[in-house]
Amino acid sequence: MTNTHTVSPPRRPTGLTVGSSQRDGGRQATGTAAGRAIRHSIALARRGLLKTWRTPEALIDVTVQPIIFLVLFVYLFGGAITGSTHDYLQFVLPGLLVQSILFGSVAIGVNLNTDITKGVFDRFRSLPIARSAPLIGAVLADVIRYVILSVVLLSAGTILGFRIHASPLSALAACLLAIGFALCLCWVSVFIGLVARTSGAVQGILFLTIFPLTFGSNVFVQTSTLPGWLQSFVRVNPATHLTSAVRGLMLGGPVAAPVLWTLLWMAGFLAVFFPLAVRRYRLRA
Amino acid sequence: MLSARPGNLVPMTDYTISATGLTKRYGSTQALAGIDLAARAGTVLGVLGPNGAGKTTAVRILATLIQADSGSASVDGFDIRGQAQQVRQRIGLTGQYASVDEDLTGTENLMLIGELLDLRRPAARSRAAELLAWFDLTGAADRQAKTYSGGMRRRLDLAASLVGRPSVIFLDEPTTGLDPAKREDMWDVVRSLVTDGSTVLLTTQYLEEAEALADDITVIDAGRVIANGTPDELKQVVGGQTLTVRPADPARLDDAGRILAAIAGARPESLRPGVISVPVAGDQALTSAVAEFAAAGISVTELSLHLPSLDEVFFTLTGQRGTAEEAA
Repeated sequence: MTNTHTVSPPRRPTGLTVGSSQRDGGRQATGTAAGRAIRHSIALARRGLLKTWRTPEALIDVTVQPIIFLVLFVYLFGGAITGSTHDYLQFVLPGLLVQSILFGSVAIGVNLNTDITKGVFDRFRSLPIARSAPLIGAVLADVIRYVILSVVLLSAGTILGFRIHASPLSALAACLLAIGFALCLCWVSVFIGLVARTSGAVQGILFLTIFPLTFGSNVFVQTSTLPGWLQSFVRVNPATHLTSAVRGLMLGGPVAAPVLWTLLWMAGFLAVFFPLAVRRYRLRA
Repeated sequence: MLSARPGNLVPMTDYTISATGLTKRYGSTQALAGIDLAARAGTVLGVLGPNGAGKTTAVRILATLIQADSGSASVDGFDIRGQAQQVRQRIGLTGQYASVDEDLTGTENLMLIGELLDLRRPAARSRAAELLAWFDLTGAADRQAKTYSGGMRRRLDLAASLVGRPSVIFLDEPTTGLDPAKREDMWDVVRSLVTDGSTVLLTTQYLEEAEALADDITVIDAGRVIANGTPDELKQVVGGQTLTVRPADPARLDDAGRILAAIAGARPESLRPGVISVPVAGDQALTSAVAEFAAAGISVTELSLHLPSLDEVFFTLTGQRGTAEEAA
């Protein structure tokens, strides 16, 4: 033995009790179960925001990518589809908001899938919190991504010449509806994220569903130009309803029916996939 | 040491942790084939076994992360199945892999746990600072955990499991991958937790670690308990210590062997080239060996007294060599 380690064992400050004698020091009045679940979800959402803040490259799908799509579609297809890039910009920008939301929803499923294979979720499971809190927290933290998306896409569009033809309040309502839709759609992604074995599989499954939904809609072209069989799919597609609603709210036009259909789809996503996701998370070993 | 503990209103048993007949199957793998575990209040129960023996599965079941297929268990008087939330209020869990959020700082990690345990933010902040100080992480408090060394992550992870002042602490292989000095530090932490009245269930692959910390040891293999007792009882079964010597000059191996044979009263074996080992009974053997080698002018580059390896323990208990490797 030549080298003598002088490693000091962790020193405990006097008065620090690790055991059970101070168990309830500093605890909040616990309140109702729902109140606690909301508080825990918000604490976990704050964790998600901190992570987003520290890894801004994870925001590419709601910043750089929509801008690239905007420029590509407007200048590549604008002339061919409407005869004028400006007219097409007016038409396609609300649709691109919807497309970006669908694409953007993939991230949460992929992230949850990787997160759960690491140990952090084990820690959450060992705590006396609602099983749904880590999932709700993740979805709430995603709000910031969709807010950023809305601002980025509208700003880029405005620079290229997009003009809102409705009241600012109506345009705000369009963004809020789109963000609300995103938060309900997230639960599909969360569920797939919990079911699939690898994050690659999550991505594969979700894009397989998202491609027909975005392109088989009125995002890029008028429904009336499509063959009949495709029209019937487009008419029930939630992406179509949301696009019509956002278009109507930004550019003027009928909004009541598409908004109602959008809200119904949102309720549907939430009612089916929230319980499925929580159940799956509870059971997942 | 028994201590009265608030919350333990109806002690179901004398044991703080008690499990009976736990089974768990994953597909075609029987991870647990019916194991019983019992830890007395204020003591350390060491669960010793090779990789794949079912140690982690048992901890995950007791910590309410997963449910057993059959069997029952209680922690601090609460049923793990029917009263999982009460159990979660009383336990701390440190997993085999550090379960801290690498993107968050040390303080943020601990504050998050504090808030999830219903501490107010100022209380969560001061508890985080207190634990970081205790684990010698104050200097790294505001750095992201991904910049931490392996040992620092382990300490942060253990700190995270202590935020709620748990009365029962599960440590799943807390020292695997740590260097010897860091391992000793971790042992000191475990000892002080027990001094404070906590009950600890510790899983390990090292007999040495179980002997150093545990009041009782349960040896498991392939999902079954194969031995159970105090460290002394276990050692009586598996034999005492082994003295190993490597002379600096290989030519003196035979001379060294004669000296060892005289001390131990048994014929030394050579398990590796240039090294001889002999089982010894008392602690005197090492000091005698040092004196005898010095007198004979044999310089040694290795001289150690150690407990049987896990492999040797399993050989003695099961009569099968190589269980530890196969199960890995």
